Formats: sequence, C-alpha cells, structure tokens
Amino acid sequence: MTPRRGTGTPATARLGALVLALLVALALFGLVFSGPDRDQGESVRIMYVHVPSIWVAYIAFIVTAVCSAAYLSKRNRSLSWDRVAGASAEIGVLFVAVSLVTGSLWGRLSWGTYWVWDARLTSTAFLFITYVGYLAVRRLGGTQRQRARRSAVLALLAILEIPLVHFSVRLWRSLHQEATVATGGTDVHMDGLMLFSLFLGLVAFTALYVWLVLHRQRGLTLEDTVADRGLDAAISARRSEAVG
Amino acid sequence: MDDAGFILGSWIITVVAVGAYAVWVLRRGRNLAEHATSEDMPWT
Repeated sequence: MTPRRGTGTPATARLGALVLALLVALALFGLVFSGPDRDQGESVRIMYVHVPSIWVAYIAFIVTAVCSAAYLSKRNRSLSWDRVAGASAEIGVLFVAVSLVTGSLWGRLSWGTYWVWDARLTSTAFLFITYVGYLAVRRLGGTQRQRARRSAVLALLAILEIPLVHFSVRLWRSLHQEATVATGGTDVHMDGLMLFSLFLGLVAFTALYVWLVLHRQRGLTLEDTVADRGLDAAISARRSEAVG
Repeated sequence: MDDAGFILGSWIITVVAVGAYAVWVLRRGRNLAEHATSEDMPWT
C-alpha cells in the first residue's frame, strides 16, 4: 500500500465520513423532519446552522486560548501547541463569519432588518475582527518561536471577549433573544424534534471542527517544515557564495 | 413560502463556506506534502 500524501490518515478519513453522514442527517432533520416554530415559523430552520456555527467558534477560540496557555506555561515549549492554536483560531474565524451572515439573514426575517448595532451583534462582530487581527499577527515576520509567543499572548487577551459576547444579551438590553437551551436550568421550552435537530447540529459541527483542526494543524506543521527547509537552503547558498 | 430564499440561502452559504475551506485545507496539505519527507509527516 502506498503511503498517504498530505494531512490525512485512515482515522481522519473515517471521521470525515462520519461528519458527512451527520451533516446529511442534520439537513434532513433541519429542513424536512422538524416542524415550523409557533412564533418564528419556517425561519427557525436557520437556527440549525446558526447556533452550531457560533458554538464551534466558541470552542475553537477556547481551544486556541488553552493551547496558547500551554505553550507559554511549558518549560519545554512545543510549537505543536502554537499550531493547534493557529489552526483552531482560523476555523473559529470561519464559523463566526458564517454565524454573522446566517444571523443577519435570520434577523431580516425575524426583526425586519439585516443588521442593528445591538449588543450581541456588535460584540460578535468585534470578536470576529479581533481574531482576524490574531491571524494577521501570526503572519508577521520573525521566527516561529516569536510568532508563537506573541500570538499566544494575544489569544489569552482575546478570549476575554467570549463571556462578553455570550452574556451581552443579559448585560445590555438586546434585540437578540436570550439562550433557549443553555439556560443553566432543566426547563427547556422547545419541541422534541427541534431540540434533537439542534443537538444533532451541535454534534455534527463539533465533529467537523475536530476533523478540520486535525488537518489544518498538520498543514501548519508542513508549512513550518517547508519554510525551515527554504531558510536552511538560503543560508547554505549565502555561505557558499561567501566562501566562493 | 416567502422565507425559503433566506432559509436555503443560510444553509447554502454555510455549506459553501465550510466546504470551500475544507477543500482548501486538504489541497494545501497535499501541495505542501510534495515538498516534505515521510519523517516530516509523523502521522503517515
């Protein structure tokens, strides 16, 4: 059997197949099997992609912060922590963007407008901009260790925005509704099939996140390796020029 | 159903955005692997 080229393994291939199956099931439950909401009608179907998107973004940014803290705290600092942090932040940015766009479309149906400068929407947009900045900082010049250190510090500051975004609907008067499921209590006012579809979305998107982060952090490992090799070759060429 | 465009639009935007990113990640990894040895890829 020829070895696999790229970032895949048999395990990620199996996980990828599971993710695809979960996403197909989500589409069936979200668009076909579950019924319309009493108040929001058919537009509630946007919830099955909107809520899992911001859920994954939260997870991604928390993983970025945890890996950044691990990188800064370890005596033997492995760049693997930094690469997982970078991969996770990139995926988080993607899902915040998806959440903002789908939320905007849902808002047009629910509130009659695509955007209002509401606490939840504004803080989420600010979260998106912050992590785009984090990704930009990762691309600044310097060594891989310098990149890892400065982005880790930034990630530990940026994570403070997550509670601000999550609790913004309680802290300020907001057009955005409060949490329906994650209320801290056991009393959930949602139809059984709708609740199942929502949880299916959370599970499917979380599995998708794991699959993406596995591939992307391996890609970042290869990027660093290829960059190192290019630098080594450039140094050797310069030395031979100097000797010649 | 007047809302269908918004609902399907949300789903399509999600699938296209995430799908495009997933394809980019896989292709990027594959291209980089061309310049790497097996020792550089401990997962293989």
